[in-house]
Amino acid sequence: MSKKVIYGLFDDEEILLKSAKDLVSKGVRIKDVFSPFPIHGIDPVIGVPRTRLSIGAFVYGATGLSLAWLMMGYMLIMDWPMDIGGKPSQFFYMNLPAFVPVSFEMTVFCAAHGMALTYLIVNRLYPGQQPHNPDNRTTDDKFMVQINTGDNKKTAEEIKSILSSTGAIEITEKEA
Amino acid sequence: MNYTLTKNTRNILFGMMGLGVVGLIYAFVAGIEGQRIWSNLLVNGLFFTFIALAGTLFVAIQYAAEAGWSAGFKRVPEAMGQYLPIGGLVILIVLAGSAFHVNHIYHWMDDYLTTEKTTVQDLRTYEEGLQHHATHAEHHDAAAPVAEGHGHDAHAAEATPAADKYESKAKFPQGPEHDLYAANYEKAAPTDSIANPHFDEILDGKSGYLNKPFFFARALIYLLGWIFFTWFFRKRSLAEDLAGDEVKHKKNMNASGWFLVFFAVTSSTMAWDWVMSVDPHWFSTLFGWYVFAGMFVTGLTTITLISIHLKRNGYFQHINENHFHDLGKFMFGISVFWTYLWTSQFLLIWYANIPEEVTYFQDRWENYKVLWVTNLVINFIFPFLVLMSRDAKRNLTFLAVAGVAIICGHWLDVYLMIMPGTVKANYGIGLLEIGMFVGFAGLFGYVTLNALTKASLVAKNHPFVDESAHHHI
Repeated sequence: MSKKVIYGLFDDEEILLKSAKDLVSKGVRIKDVFSPFPIHGIDPVIGVPRTRLSIGAFVYGATGLSLAWLMMGYMLIMDWPMDIGGKPSQFFYMNLPAFVPVSFEMTVFCAAHGMALTYLIVNRLYPGQQPHNPDNRTTDDKFMVQINTGDNKKTAEEIKSILSSTGAIEITEKEA
Repeated sequence: MNYTLTKNTRNILFGMMGLGVVGLIYAFVAGIEGQRIWSNLLVNGLFFTFIALAGTLFVAIQYAAEAGWSAGFKRVPEAMGQYLPIGGLVILIVLAGSAFHVNHIYHWMDDYLTTEKTTVQDLRTYEEGLQHHATHAEHHDAAAPVAEGHGHDAHAAEATPAADKYESKAKFPQGPEHDLYAANYEKAAPTDSIANPHFDEILDGKSGYLNKPFFFARALIYLLGWIFFTWFFRKRSLAEDLAGDEVKHKKNMNASGWFLVFFAVTSSTMAWDWVMSVDPHWFSTLFGWYVFAGMFVTGLTTITLISIHLKRNGYFQHINENHFHDLGKFMFGISVFWTYLWTSQFLLIWYANIPEEVTYFQDRWENYKVLWVTNLVINFIFPFLVLMSRDAKRNLTFLAVAGVAIICGHWLDVYLMIMPGTVKANYGIGLLEIGMFVGFAGLFGYVTLNALTKASLVAKNHPFVDESAHHHI
């Protein structure tokens, strides 16, 4: 049996959500869903795991904080002790209040940039990347479910009949 | 479904109140000075009034923003607001005590400090009075700048131990304007008019705002205004339960806008009046927001803790981890906001090191070092780390632990706003402080939970109550 890719097009995200639930309850594995905007509640239905971006954010933020303290400690305490308001500057903690704004900014800077870059790379959104979207209408007002028959026990015909019975307005099929 | 105050809960709350009474009795038996007891009354009066006020503020914000998620538990902040009259009364008692010189928390209320000319007789009477009020004398001298130009010279303060710092000030001040006094004090006739050496130029300059009639008029306006809006929201919210028309909801929406404007002004001026004027020479322009941030996070935490209590006892079926997640975000975010304001205030004063500003932190650093650092750890670092992850915010145990820490931490924050100004180094955290905190917490809990029994836990005709039940993030 040749592997096929089935696309079901919907014109309403609620109908798509119901259809996806129906498909999953019948044991169909959905490869992906394309939508012009985030569909609330679709992630657990099609088995998308929760993002780990927040862990990344913490790591990037901690990196930023460490970098900031390393930088200020070296520049203003070790290499060239800086007179900050006439206060003693033998040790880092003595001038800590003055370092708070920079620590904050560096933490936010690294966390924000790290998260944004991670997001772009993980989603393969970098220059030269070919678009993966199977149908341009899903960037406007249509919604699409993609099912690979290679992932499923059900035949293409069975899947197509479920799709059409749950409200897909257009079903296309192509060789994988 | 109404909340029932079980016998068990009631006994716990009465036990907490009992501990407060025990703390008070202990303070009298152990002979703890009156100023410290009064200051404790003020700390707890302010702290729990703030929580009640934050409850009303939360209700108003939800109305103004037409927020749906919170409709399911809006009875909790509504009930918290019912404590306002009691908390306001406690504050008024302390303020009145200061006006009648039963306590000396607001020492600017001493009219003699703003009298420029006095007679020798009056001066002698006044100074004899100071001897009787040792605390007051300390207090006054600490604040009188005439004695050495700047009463709070940072370096002078560093050099002398805290105890005699305030007693070593000359009773006979220097400077040409006081020559008459210094030269003639001994041989002067009792009725001779002289320049008042206790005259406080700074307090005199502020007396247009800091004077008793205006001060008490403001206090009444704040309290009556807040109580009025609390009553207004609550009344229409309860009436909505019986007849579900949207008119009442719209009325509350409009009123919430007015309340927020009123609150924006009064929360700042209230902080200047009741908290900042404990150190009347000192000023900080963002003090009002700082107090507000602490108030808001404590109120949000209290909402969370009461909701957890209700959830654990089988109420609030429609409130799930999504609502708690948002409350947790609020607690986390406003804790960080509080830290931001705390730091903004501290950083600039530390940086500039101007004597008249830096005394505030000098008092705290010298005498309250451990508590002062604890304040930051418990109110920033602890909730920041505990509540950072999504899972923690959706876990009631984590929320409760962080919540109790935030409540205790912000009580400590209010304590650190008041105590250094009123009792200087003569403070302590003993049976009196802990007892009164727990006692007031019991009183607040009883009033709030009792108010919860009076109405359905779900505002069933609230237009967003269904949206709240389906809240999902």
